Amino acid sequence: MTDREIMKYDVVIVGAGPAGLSCAIRLKQQKPELMVAVIEKSSEIGAHILSGAVIEPQPLDDLLPGWREDPPSICIPVEKDEIWLLSQTGRWRLPTPPQQKNHGNFIVSLGAMCVWLASKAEALEVDIFPGYAAAEIHYTAEGAVGGVIIGDMGIGREGEHKDTYMQGIEIHAPITILSEGVRGHLSKQLIKKYALDKDSDPQTYGIGMKELWRVQPGKSKPGLVQHTAGWPLDSKTYGGSFIYHLDKDRIAIGFVCGLDYEDPEFVPFEAFQQMKNHPMVHEMLEGGEILSSGARAIAEGGYQSLPKTELPGALIIGDSAGTLNVPKIKGTHQAMRCGMLAAEHIAETSSAVGFDARLRDSAVVRELYKVRNIRPAFYKGFWRGFIRAAIETVTAGKLPTTLSIHPDDSSLKKLDGYSSPHRNWVDRDLPPRDRLASVYFATTAHDEDQPVHLQILEPDICTSRCVKEYNNPCTRFCPAHVYEMVGDDAAKQLQINSANCVHCKTCDIKDPYQIINWVTPEGGSGPNYQNM
Amino acid sequence: MSRILIIAEHDGSSLNLSTAKCVTCAQAIGGEIDIAVLGHGIDSVAAAAAALDSVSKVIAIDAQHLAAPLAVNWASEAVALSAEYTHLLGPSTTFGRDLMPRIAALCGVNQISDIMEANGANSFKRPVYAGNAIVQAEPASGARVVGTVRVASWKAAGDGASAAVENVAASSSAASHTRYVGLTSEGGGRPDLQSAPKVISGGRALASEENFQMIYKLADKLGAGVGASRAAVDAGYCPNDMQVGQTGKIISPDLYIAFGISGAIQHVTGIKDAGTIVAVNKDSEAPIFEIADIGLVGDLFNVIPELESLLA
Amino acid sequence: MKILIGIKRVVDYNVRVRVLPDGSGVDTDGVKMSVNPFDEIALEEALRIKEAGNAEEVIVVSAGGDECQQQLRTGLAMGADRAIQIQTSESLQPLSVARAFLKIIEREEPGLVILGKQAIDDDNSQTAQMLAALWDRPQATFASRMELNGNSAVVTREVDAGLETIEIDLPAVVSVDLRMNEPRFVKLPDIMKAKRKPLEVISLDELGVAVEGQINVSQFSPPPQREKGIMVDDAAQLVQELKNRGLL
Repeated sequence: MTDREIMKYDVVIVGAGPAGLSCAIRLKQQKPELMVAVIEKSSEIGAHILSGAVIEPQPLDDLLPGWREDPPSICIPVEKDEIWLLSQTGRWRLPTPPQQKNHGNFIVSLGAMCVWLASKAEALEVDIFPGYAAAEIHYTAEGAVGGVIIGDMGIGREGEHKDTYMQGIEIHAPITILSEGVRGHLSKQLIKKYALDKDSDPQTYGIGMKELWRVQPGKSKPGLVQHTAGWPLDSKTYGGSFIYHLDKDRIAIGFVCGLDYEDPEFVPFEAFQQMKNHPMVHEMLEGGEILSSGARAIAEGGYQSLPKTELPGALIIGDSAGTLNVPKIKGTHQAMRCGMLAAEHIAETSSAVGFDARLRDSAVVRELYKVRNIRPAFYKGFWRGFIRAAIETVTAGKLPTTLSIHPDDSSLKKLDGYSSPHRNWVDRDLPPRDRLASVYFATTAHDEDQPVHLQILEPDICTSRCVKEYNNPCTRFCPAHVYEMVGDDAAKQLQINSANCVHCKTCDIKDPYQIINWVTPEGGSGPNYQNM
Repeated sequence: MSRILIIAEHDGSSLNLSTAKCVTCAQAIGGEIDIAVLGHGIDSVAAAAAALDSVSKVIAIDAQHLAAPLAVNWASEAVALSAEYTHLLGPSTTFGRDLMPRIAALCGVNQISDIMEANGANSFKRPVYAGNAIVQAEPASGARVVGTVRVASWKAAGDGASAAVENVAASSSAASHTRYVGLTSEGGGRPDLQSAPKVISGGRALASEENFQMIYKLADKLGAGVGASRAAVDAGYCPNDMQVGQTGKIISPDLYIAFGISGAIQHVTGIKDAGTIVAVNKDSEAPIFEIADIGLVGDLFNVIPELESLLA
Repeated sequence: MKILIGIKRVVDYNVRVRVLPDGSGVDTDGVKMSVNPFDEIALEEALRIKEAGNAEEVIVVSAGGDECQQQLRTGLAMGADRAIQIQTSESLQPLSVARAFLKIIEREEPGLVILGKQAIDDDNSQTAQMLAALWDRPQATFASRMELNGNSAVVTREVDAGLETIEIDLPAVVSVDLRMNEPRFVKLPDIMKAKRKPLEVISLDELGVAVEGQINVSQFSPPPQREKGIMVDDAAQLVQELKNRGLL
């Protein structure tokens, strides 16, 4: 028995992203008498979420008919699509593949859209609680998931109770929905505990980095959707950029790198900054200012990596399971559909049982199946991947083979015997000058007097093995400069600047020894993204 | 023509420099400038006020109950004088910020706080959102202007003049509901980082807690407060309350000298309002040189001892 | 006794405030709004006084549009007993706020009014002093410590020269500084309880307060950029340069 205070709900949802909020709204639409709570670790809705984003509106039409008369605050109809292949100074326009044609779609701020969804949910009497971290799972006596335990607050760096100490309550519910987004820390625990991934391939991820710019008048062409591939990446590194033109002289620009990259010296953040300095992009951004910046991991494994999404007392939905459609570069419509399906299932059966089969039979997974071979096609490098992707597209995924997904944490080559490709990168002049300057625009805030939320499970490895084998890649793949090796060569130590963390989860994913374990810091900590 | 009354800030024996800065602001407003000196045993203060440039006259109100600068008592006196003045000014120090709004309310007007710039009688600029925006502030038409003067934005007026001092009797008696008990100054020791006019800071380049002593020694020579970058604090070279920057203290000393600090935005946020920023760093590419008023590319382990011997 | 706490809805202190390109104001689109941090400290102090048995009721008051009810609910969730919204669509300056609060004071007759020392948007630091003046009661501004003794209080104030102590008779107005206390976290169940606590809405007109004589605020601009300075070659040049500028 617990000594914590308990609140009871019919459904508790962890994470106020598009999956969680759509689920909450649908639940109340189907069964208004249900008591539904949404727990969100960010200080306010939208503060921890970011995405390009171009969304397909059908799930919105389904969930909230009439939304087009009362849209979210940033919602620009797509006017034009462009795909570019870049070299250091040149560019070639590629034909737009069918799945990337965005006619009828909208450029949104996912964060602003979540704020908008949250107000719809609250109007239906969903209880939404931002600023509270679901730190642990509460298990029933029978060993099923019975809810969540909110993290204690007011704990000092050494674990001591500060004057403001407040014990976290428990929220008990017969059904818990995990909609934490990519690499959710509770989802990670549950997948392991219930071996939910034993019949699926490992998940593979990308890191997505984004900046919101205010540019000189006339540079932004509202409704223009641009994607690039090629430079600054080498042919063995998957990824590319997005440039979405908004209103009010704003451009959302970002870069995705597959986290299965092999070069231990690679710095994803630097690749992003290089792309901005390509003449085509530089011209758009020069004279502008950065409004906001951030990063978040992306789930790219699709169909093959989808774990079992039901477990006793709980469902894992959205990108915590991995529903993003990689070639479309869109996950929001899938997350929403998945959340709505989970709600319908619960409303009908009051149980988690049977959801997984239902999901695999649904439009969500049909869409993933169709494009399942596109991402793994790129394991053979850019050009072969491009050709295979074209074939898969033309055959609409109907070819009988299914390529398997490789794990990211074993993809790094060891330094011994490997040399980084020549990258052809340039001296750049656009802000931000480095990761520390970039993190400033994420407005990330952590009370420094709290336990470090990045747990290193075997710290000796950093200085005994990793430095020799990989030269501490965490100091390079973290977009927020959290990890540093300090001290002189003889006595180098890992320093963790946890206050910089933007909760992207890249370190938890890419660390080759899998000794970095991300856990929730005090509720309300982390980035404060605006309109991202 | 404007008639401006400045309420003088003093400690009983000497005039605070903030008063001379109010005079400069009053000069920018233009018009006749008087200074009111309230207190008990204030002859030397009144004389110092009378010496300030462009002051027409000093009104000295000496009464026992005015010895302590209690807003309730001083405001009564100021309001009694106010009828003849178009502008009433005080410094934006804790003294002025405590007193002037009380005067404004009793005069029935809104107050313009933290005046940075004045262009004539009715046009002012002031900072909002912690200085992230500057606004134009204009009083309602015909309204008396009550304001506080942002001391960091104004030079002190010179003191070669000699105005008349007029002694005036106090118009009110002590408010019984507020009583002064005492003041404990943070005297002795190093000046407080938050309010010191000179601050020296050290960064990670100091490399050890022992080396940080060099910063303390130099600061003591200069009578300066001591700060540090987050990197130095994280590395354990000095305590957390010395951190200057976005997540530490935001300070605006007249002189800020940074040794071995690279100048990441997070640190610069803490010093962007400093008067003069001096940077000493081995790395000529360090971002701090982009905002420093005076930069010296050099090894702090050489520069600090050199400075000490030059200042001996 | 009753304690009245003034709270203001402001742009959250974490937000990087930007001036709109046309200078009409700052960009508040999509921006997080919160209770002014100093007001949270004021409320925390009131709650501690109540928990010590020296007050029976803590009332939070805010002047603004209906959006400020969100901040009043936060105050109720922290532990205030009831809330009053002084409803107005105008942007009020401190004198009007003080006049409106005075009307509430006349109705509620609190023993203590605690405000934050300044709001982090306008940075005026005037409301507490103005309210005390209009009420003809003591003011104790920038307080970092307060000890109640029956009908009076000893307040320690943070001033430039150090710490000043004054004694004031209640009822009085106190404005709090950062070091007064560290506000408590809100417990989740208390958020639910706050929804059921009373929140009264009174319009500024009903209170009989006219908004007049406001200062005309316009032309928002970003702060002047620091210009790149000069480089010197050695310590001696540095010292000379500082002496020339009157800094040494």
